[in-house]
Amino acid sequence: MTAMTATTQMTQTAKLQVNDVWKTFTPKKGQAVDALQDLSLTVNANEFVSLVGPSGCGKSTLLMMAAGLEPISEGRILIDGREIDGPGPDRGMVFQSYTLFPWLTVEDNIRFALKKSGLGRTQQDELVGDHIRLVGLEGFERSHPNQLSGGMRQRVAIARALVYRPEMLLMDEPFGALDAQTRMLMQELLLQVWQVERTTVLFVTHDVEEAIFLSDRIYVMTARPGRIKAEIAIDLPRPRTLLETESDARFAELRRQVLTLIREEARRAMR
Amino acid sequence: MTTTPRRPRTRLFELRGDIPRRVYAGAGVAFIALFLAAWLLLTELQIVSPIFLPPLRAVGEELIIQAQEGILWQDVGASVYRISVGWLLATVLALPIGILMGNFRFFEGLFEPFVDLVRYMPAVAFVPLTILWLGVGDTQKFAIIFIGTFFQEVLMIMDNVKNVPRDMIQVSYTFGMSKWEILWHVVLRAALPGIWDTFRITIGWAWTYLVVAELVAANVGLGYRIMRAQRFLETDKIILGILVIGVLGLLTDYFFKATYNRLFPWMQETR
Ligand SMILES: Nc1ncnc2c1ncn2[C@@H]1O[C@H](COP(=O)(O)OP(=O)(O)OP(=O)(O)O)[C@@H](O)[C@H]1O
Ligand SMILES: [Mg+2]
Repeated sequence: MTAMTATTQMTQTAKLQVNDVWKTFTPKKGQAVDALQDLSLTVNANEFVSLVGPSGCGKSTLLMMAAGLEPISEGRILIDGREIDGPGPDRGMVFQSYTLFPWLTVEDNIRFALKKSGLGRTQQDELVGDHIRLVGLEGFERSHPNQLSGGMRQRVAIARALVYRPEMLLMDEPFGALDAQTRMLMQELLLQVWQVERTTVLFVTHDVEEAIFLSDRIYVMTARPGRIKAEIAIDLPRPRTLLETESDARFAELRRQVLTLIREEARRAMR
Repeated sequence: MTTTPRRPRTRLFELRGDIPRRVYAGAGVAFIALFLAAWLLLTELQIVSPIFLPPLRAVGEELIIQAQEGILWQDVGASVYRISVGWLLATVLALPIGILMGNFRFFEGLFEPFVDLVRYMPAVAFVPLTILWLGVGDTQKFAIIFIGTFFQEVLMIMDNVKNVPRDMIQVSYTFGMSKWEILWHVVLRAALPGIWDTFRITIGWAWTYLVVAELVAANVGLGYRIMRAQRFLETDKIILGILVIGVLGLLTDYFFKATYNRLFPWMQETR
């Protein structure tokens, strides 16, 4: 009975479905690399899901495939039950690398994402202004990316990925290059934004605490070829703040659980 | 408590450190002054014979004579005209072909073997052939400058285009932009500073090939003037010609650097 309701609920609200996906890279020279092997996962609408796993296990590859930027070797990826067909503005992506346009100001970088939105100038201005406020960059509208700190740049990238209101956000270690302090601020900021926008998020990170703090659920991946090793529900109350959540006893428990799983895989990856 | 405030010392030799503009410019001027002083010393004290190295004075007098008689302006006019046309022809072709090669593997495969082949053929060796084909007029001069610059320029522009980060292109796809929109709004915009630098470098080479072209079969131009002076061992004229070319080269270089800073102010802090 309960299993029944759970499944119906799942199918009703699944935003992103990755079904038995395989990915093999076959470079022109050298050996073929099996990056992903029979991987399946689901992200429900309005859910915040994190993906953790050892380096090189195929996290970025999976996000790129979900964004429609990388061909799938085998299996299917569905958005709202429809198979994806290339990249589209229904999915926003924040890349692991730095992807702002250096020749545009903060404002114009964000506006650039609205080029194909068909919105009028005033509507665009409004949206851009809203999102600059959302990520706390008032006063920097006219700055160029190279005049900003790393954390500010990533905030611009997040605002730019949110501004065209994608239904789903794919984030690849967006805070990976930031210092610990900035990183914490950005995590809280992201949660605040998510609380408001309720965009579905699939978030890749190396940082277990970050994953627990942000997510509703965490998928732990195996070493390459990547598969899902475990799925862990994060039953911490929301809204969360770093100080409160991290001092929760349940947080420590979850942390130990996830870390143990990752350690096993990291060790295997080293071999 | 009584420590006198220390004046912040500007350090001259920090890795990549900035120094005051006055020091920077002053050093350059001082070095040229030093060079001229050495020249003065060598010639005025008659350490070297004027046949090998004429006194600075003689070169200055020659400059005044040529300027008054109008020869200098004729030569400069003819040479600048040839350089401009030859280089523009090369650039107008290298730009679209280089851009195609940088973006589409097909065009890279199509053109690169041929370009590589011709690139290693010395432009000087084409002088007799071009005279045979095109006569001794300006067209032949254009041809030599074209052969000397085009084949390098096209590869450099290809590289400028390839240097645009892949993720910058990928992220644009997630905004729903088409291939051609991305090519125009992202790839070309991002490659432009590099391409501008390529212009600066290739026009420098064009000066070299100009002289090559004018050494044979010309009756006006800076290269011709040098060639004629050599026949009569007029070292002062030779040196004047070389100096004028040097100054003109410096001016074009300065033009491209100044416009670079004007066109791409957002590149400055990242350099
Ligand atoms: N274009 C490619 N050609 C060949 N192999 C590739 C390519 N892209 C990725 N790979 C391989 O696929 C595997 C997964 O790469 P991916 O970048 O997805 O890992 P990741 O989990 O994101 O790692 P990290 O945590 O270090 O970012 C790696 O072993 C990598 O070497
Ligand atoms: Mg990655």
